[in-house]
Amino acid sequence: MSRLRSVILVELLLPLALLIYGAWHGVVQVLYRAGVIRDISFLGIGYYQGLTAHGVINAIVLTTFFAVAFGNAVIEQTLKGVSPAFAWTGCALMVAGTLAAAAPIFAGRAEVLYTFYAPMKAHPLFYIGVVILVVGSWVSFWAWIAPYLRWRRTNAGEKTPLAAVGIFATFIIWQICTLPAAYELLVQLIPWSLGWTSGVNVVLSRLLFWFFGHPLVYFWLLPAYVMYYTVLPELAGGKLYSDFYARFAFLAFIVLSSPLGLHHQFTEPGYSQGYKFLHAALTFLVAVPSLVTAFTVAASLEHGARKSGGTGLFAWWGRLPHFDPQRWLFPYLFLGLVIFIFGGITGFVNASYSMAALVHNTAWIPAHFHLTVAGPVFLAILGMSLYLCAGLLGKPVASPRVAVAVPYVWTAGVFIFSAGLFYGGLKGAPRRTNLGMSFLDPESDAFRPDWVTGERVGMVGGCIMGLAVLLFFYALARTLLAARSEERAAAFALPQAAGVPRRAGAGGAQLRPLGRRGDRRHPHLLPAAAPPGPRWRVPPRRRLASPRCCWRRCFPQAGQPPFRPSPCSTSRMRAASCASSGLARRGCSCPSSRAARAPVR
Amino acid sequence: MQTATVPDLEKRVVAASLLFAASMLALLGYAAVRLGISVPGCVTSVKPFTEAALIQVAPGRYEAHVVSKTFSFKPVIKVPKGSLVDFYVTSTDVVHGFYVDGTDVNLTAIPGAVTYAQARFERPGKYQVICHEFCGLGHQDMIGKVEVTP
Repeated sequence: MSRLRSVILVELLLPLALLIYGAWHGVVQVLYRAGVIRDISFLGIGYYQGLTAHGVINAIVLTTFFAVAFGNAVIEQTLKGVSPAFAWTGCALMVAGTLAAAAPIFAGRAEVLYTFYAPMKAHPLFYIGVVILVVGSWVSFWAWIAPYLRWRRTNAGEKTPLAAVGIFATFIIWQICTLPAAYELLVQLIPWSLGWTSGVNVVLSRLLFWFFGHPLVYFWLLPAYVMYYTVLPELAGGKLYSDFYARFAFLAFIVLSSPLGLHHQFTEPGYSQGYKFLHAALTFLVAVPSLVTAFTVAASLEHGARKSGGTGLFAWWGRLPHFDPQRWLFPYLFLGLVIFIFGGITGFVNASYSMAALVHNTAWIPAHFHLTVAGPVFLAILGMSLYLCAGLLGKPVASPRVAVAVPYVWTAGVFIFSAGLFYGGLKGAPRRTNLGMSFLDPESDAFRPDWVTGERVGMVGGCIMGLAVLLFFYALARTLLAARSEERAAAFALPQAAGVPRRAGAGGAQLRPLGRRGDRRHPHLLPAAAPPGPRWRVPPRRRLASPRCCWRRCFPQAGQPPFRPSPCSTSRMRAASCASSGLARRGCSCPSSRAARAPVR
Repeated sequence: MQTATVPDLEKRVVAASLLFAASMLALLGYAAVRLGISVPGCVTSVKPFTEAALIQVAPGRYEAHVVSKTFSFKPVIKVPKGSLVDFYVTSTDVVHGFYVDGTDVNLTAIPGAVTYAQARFERPGKYQVICHEFCGLGHQDMIGKVEVTP
């Protein structure tokens, strides 16, 4: 990974520097909203200017840069041979785009929020900067295609490493979903903001934006999923429970992520109710890969905890390294998952066709997405950024106890913040509004005493979140100033949990059974000592004699231990079905009968 | 020996989550079709208008043609208790929100398009109409009013 060290470090540290501004305006915003600041601007930054920066920096710049940096690290470690020149080109484009978009934001010429809904117009440089940033991330992605093809050629018959599969899934989603955004920006908004065209088809531009805007959230989320599948089980001292279903989840995200953006547009004209309902249905389907992930990751954690002596139905939770300064990265990922439970449930509310009128554009919405993008995504980004920075520079994490505290403080903050905003949202408080100027100003005609509680609670939570970010930057700064060791830097690698071997005799992992009933429930986690007797003999109770099953036994999945196709367990098969399944031709001996006699060689 | 005894727990998880999604969806379908809880559709019969109006079409039945423009909603809607109001909402400049507080009227006003919702006002009083989509520096002061007289 050392060849890409400087690219990755730039891609991690530049957005983190911008995050100082983005997080600062997060804190200031809750003060405005709670009516503590009753002004149009504070310290020279307007409310909506700061809100634009908060959204663009935290949700677009930070997430995109991090996905590319983490992707570079993962691909270089697993597939190897990413071209540094190619990676630098992508990085340079992203930096140029970010600076171009940042200039009008800081100059107050792009107060359009990060959704830049037309016909509200920003300075052309803002749109151009966004385009260059996205193109830079495409170039970075394209740099991984050649290493993948090379790896495939030299490792024929092997499974692509799971982390690489996850990164490719992330960027395939990104590639698909940024195309409508590119159309919106290049064909509609840039010519219009330059004055070349007179107007914009608003309904179309919003459709295109949300075609991009919802898959975008999976682009944020999937790097965190890669960590849950590969890094987290390793940190918990275990193995990944199900490699196959991890791949299934990534594939399902690619397929299911695109056609569901209309659930952001339930209250709009221009689309029929049928299409809106269809998108609600498709959104619900995303529950499948999410719940599979929840199951697989929880099972991997349980496995790791039981390996280190955990028992009971839930008591094994205590065996996980929640407060271990040696494994300080663990709580960043674990607490992200805990937050995500609530983010996921409230997401169901948002996608629910019937509940749109209740929650659309109220404070409920930011409360929800702070439990997703500011929960699992943000914590994973913080933790992995610190981990990669320290590792690539060969520096020890200087304040591991502070680093462990950060996710706990953040989690407390984000839960309090969201609780306040959920409550306020259900009372009707709008999102994206400088409430301190009107609704939360006791001297205004519009004053709403029933919104005060929610916004005050949100303010407390927001300030705690700000404290967590402060602690994080303290730990990061201490780490960057620590003494450097080239050896440590050279030896650095990301944790990559191995998959649990699914069949007896595979691998040789010395795994303990899970709990009292472990034998029955998780037999593939048993110690690997190969049982005596023919490998493919099946207990009579479970013996399955359909030709399909027999076929499967003759052709085990790729990547399994060496396998001889005989004996084929055809003894209990009906001779006719054995013969017709073509097993005989593949070297299995079918029981002799009149029907089976013919095809034998 | 282990092959056939591995209980494919993940398959059950997939099945359970499919079942979960399907049952939630069935409830949504029930709410939409049988209870009539729905979202605005595509209004094609009304051309985008620029004149605000409140029209009484029948006793206790009103039609409000709402024009949203930075930073106000027109007209001010004043109806007697128990009225059924059809809201047709459009915008003449940027995108606005149209949320009648305390009701299920939650719409997005888009220039060049008309959106529609219906509400019955049983409780007398003043209802705030809140713009919940960012529309400019005065966005937080874009507040309209529905007044329901006893």
